[in-house]
Amino acid sequence: MSTTAPTKRSPRSCTELFLAFQRLALQGFGGVVPVAHRELVEHQRWLTADEFVELLALGQVLPGPNIINMSLIYGDRHFGWRGAASACFGLLSAPLLIVLALAALYRQFADQAMVVGALRGMGAVAAGLVLATGIKLLPTLKKNALGLPLCGLFGGATLVSIGVLRWPLVWVVLGLGSVSMAIAWQRLRAAEHAGPPAGPPAGPPAGPPAGPPAGPPGPSSGPPQP
Amino acid sequence: MTGTSSTAAVTGWAMLGLHGMAWADLLQLALHFAVLSMLAVGGAITTAPEMQRFLVQQQGWLSAEQFTASVAIAQAAPGPNILFVALMGWQVAGVAGVLAAMGGMMGPSSLLALSIGRYGRRRAESLPLRAFTTGMVPLTLGLLLATGWVLTEPTRSHWPALVLVAASAAVMLRTRWSPLWLMAVGAVLGMLGWA
Repeated sequence: MSTTAPTKRSPRSCTELFLAFQRLALQGFGGVVPVAHRELVEHQRWLTADEFVELLALGQVLPGPNIINMSLIYGDRHFGWRGAASACFGLLSAPLLIVLALAALYRQFADQAMVVGALRGMGAVAAGLVLATGIKLLPTLKKNALGLPLCGLFGGATLVSIGVLRWPLVWVVLGLGSVSMAIAWQRLRAAEHAGPPAGPPAGPPAGPPAGPPAGPPGPSSGPPQP
Repeated sequence: MTGTSSTAAVTGWAMLGLHGMAWADLLQLALHFAVLSMLAVGGAITTAPEMQRFLVQQQGWLSAEQFTASVAIAQAAPGPNILFVALMGWQVAGVAGVLAAMGGMMGPSSLLALSIGRYGRRRAESLPLRAFTTGMVPLTLGLLLATGWVLTEPTRSHWPALVLVAASAAVMLRTRWSPLWLMAVGAVLGMLGWA
């Protein structure tokens, strides 16, 4: 999985942001994250896989839908509040009209076996898409300063506690998340003290641990800096 | 209020206007959803039980069937699942209800996301922020896989559907086809009763 190098681009205007997020929203059945990954990372190349995961992590922990939070933060990063609004309205506008139209149709066809079957088939595909996106993003863990064994432990524990045991997300994030962040803190600080190239024990020959989180399109890009 | 508004919500599905709701009711809807907004860690859907209690049991603005159908329709439609909130607002009070429900549900969490995003950008290189992303990334990926697993729930008793799950994951991993095509295939297979 090539997570590095290929020429990175960035949105040129609020309109481009709006259209990109609208396009991905319209493709996102049963969850927008897989399509967001495909569009933002693989097609537009606005984000590297690492940046995508970091943005997703942030969007996930904050209250509200992860994809909406991601669109707001990403849009704001490039064009301030206008960018945030463009990305967010791109996500919501056209799908809102579709949802309202479907609601009107649904009342007439709700009990038809074919409709129920179609929904079930789409649900199965949606599950496959989300799983594939999760698998595709696993290589980003190779650069993680926690090292692969700990990443596997925390990721696996999250998978089981949320997916199987169905514990509330808040408690998993507060519990597992704080332990994970505390260890990350310790490792990152140790790496800092040991000098640049000395990664964590299990770390692969990647450069500085975790890389620059927000990436280049950070403080230096986007004309209107509020 | 309760008796008339549920019939109004039923008959007024596709109508504009307040559907007999008072402005005070709309404000109450917006404020209630604004509180839920800050509690919606893991997405708006995590607050669905509380919304159900408020809209169906306490206020009688929606029937239980309307509530469940709203969630199902938003799941089946393209776009963020939070649109089930818009659908509920629509059924309660048309366009005004959409604005009240979505404004309430998105306002506080959006402002928080923007301020955290800006704060994070200024300090992207600081140790606390790097510890945050480094520590949270494995959880995020675990969560993504857990979401996929939870979505397979209705299909688990039905092996052809599980094959469809696996096949779509494989196609998504190996090709660059748009997920739309896979969705269309899933819908057709489901209609034919094969999934």
